[in-house]
Amino acid sequence: MLKLENVHQKFEVGTINEKHVLHGINLNVNEGDFVTIIGGNGAGKSTMLNAISGSNMITSGKILIDNVDLTKAPEYKRAKYIGRVFQDTRMGTASDLTIEENLAIAYRRGKGRTLKMGITSKERELYRSILSELDLGLDKRLKDKTRYLSGGQRQALTLLMASFHHPKLLLLDEHTAALDPKTAKKVLELTVKVVGENNLTALMVTHNMKDALKIGNRLIMLHKGEIILDISGEEKKKLDVPDLLSMFEKASGEEMNNDRMLLS
Amino acid sequence: MGFLVGAIAQGLLWAVMAIGVYITYRILDIADLTAEGCFTLGAGITCKLITSGLDPFVSTFFALIGGLLAGLVTGLLHTKLKIPALLAGILTMTGLWSVNLRVMGKSNIPLLKETSIITILENTGLTKNNAAIVSGLVLTVVVILFLWWFFSTEIGYALRATGNNKHMIRANGVNTDNATILGIMIGNGLIALSASLVAQFNSFSDIQMGVGTIVIGLASVIIGEVVFGNRTILRSLIAVALGSVLYRIIIAVVLKLGLRSDDMKLISSILLAVALCFPTVRNAVTKNLKNSMKRGGSANA
Repeated sequence: MLKLENVHQKFEVGTINEKHVLHGINLNVNEGDFVTIIGGNGAGKSTMLNAISGSNMITSGKILIDNVDLTKAPEYKRAKYIGRVFQDTRMGTASDLTIEENLAIAYRRGKGRTLKMGITSKERELYRSILSELDLGLDKRLKDKTRYLSGGQRQALTLLMASFHHPKLLLLDEHTAALDPKTAKKVLELTVKVVGENNLTALMVTHNMKDALKIGNRLIMLHKGEIILDISGEEKKKLDVPDLLSMFEKASGEEMNNDRMLLS
Repeated sequence: MGFLVGAIAQGLLWAVMAIGVYITYRILDIADLTAEGCFTLGAGITCKLITSGLDPFVSTFFALIGGLLAGLVTGLLHTKLKIPALLAGILTMTGLWSVNLRVMGKSNIPLLKETSIITILENTGLTKNNAAIVSGLVLTVVVILFLWWFFSTEIGYALRATGNNKHMIRANGVNTDNATILGIMIGNGLIALSASLVAQFNSFSDIQMGVGTIVIGLASVIIGEVVFGNRTILRSLIAVALGSVLYRIIIAVVLKLGLRSDDMKLISSILLAVALCFPTVRNAVTKNLKNSMKRGGSANA
């Protein structure tokens, strides 16, 4: 479904600050895969997601979704296929727009915008009912600007927005990292529920190794811009955190350097 | 009270200009200096066409078109050529100086006996100030209603989100370049439209008349929002229009107190500086008050 072919990403090419972040990533994600992605500091996890979403244009290689070559497609055109939740809880919603306005914008993701009303009363009912399922009290706050929501509420809202209309791919970039542990757990549970119910294909970057092992059917580990570990199915289920650490050391020849990962 | 009527008349004539600045400055989050050249452009087109014998309403319409085009230039420079918005506005503003001279053919076009929207209203028996109030009010109300509708359409939502969070709106499939260009065009179209009415009221256009536009516009936006609130788009639009009137009243009062009209630009700048720093000062004062209350409390205990 999603295919990365020999993807290289360099930044500031030709300057002394040139950084070669992705070193030839090859990845083939099947329909319905829920892939967790872990790796040390600067391994290229976020860069890989940004390359897929088109936030960064890759230096060389190919990116395909359902055999459509999207390598050169701008971010806004790829949005038709991709839903996203970011680490920064302010990135997923327009903070000066209301909850219902944000939902309505996401409801039209990948469609042309016209001079029709930005939100209809029928939609408002729909939003109210899906928000009431969240049980965060947001169904009574449709006309509140999202700047007044907590980080957890915003991530939950962004997750709903990203999963509208069954996107081909859901990209989650450490979307619980900025939340307190209790809220992070809630948002993670919601994520598993949303992905499961809609049978979505998802990539989730996380710094929590336990979550990475527990969630999803496949785990990949990045190190210095390369995939050094790719395990799935039964093999993944049998792993625990010490296994993962020793596999990392064997594959990379180094010790894990992600502070947050070791502390969590 | 005569000076007050004059101030209200001026405020309403300039209100649509302030709304134009509101669109670029608040909705798109851009300080767009195109305004300065665009204001003269709107006035120049109007006077040139009216003196050429064209109907004043048609002339006013062409001023709007001129403003939209000026905005298009800035929008393209900013989005497609990646020139920072402030610089793109300065480029267009500077270039417009020559364009305006070309349009007008000379640096000043007086309207003598020609028919303008203001003279049409005066012929119904209104005084000049009342004619300005009627025409300014009608235009402002029409513009506010139009924008209220526009900003609640799908494109309007996309435009507002573009100024607010480009990441979010791109992730939802909107071409932010196009949204930005459209916003800058509408903003400058409105500025030229307001200028057209101002020129017809003043009975002339002058190459210098746009100087200071952005300061007056920003002052109206900020004064309006501080005094009348900005909870919703409609509320903001009305607040900005009222801000424009309030700005003129403040200026009129200051002049009444003995300052000369030569001091206008300085007064405008000071007024804008005060309005801009108002939130900072307010926060500092409330913080101080709270602290002193705490200190007072512990001293009492």
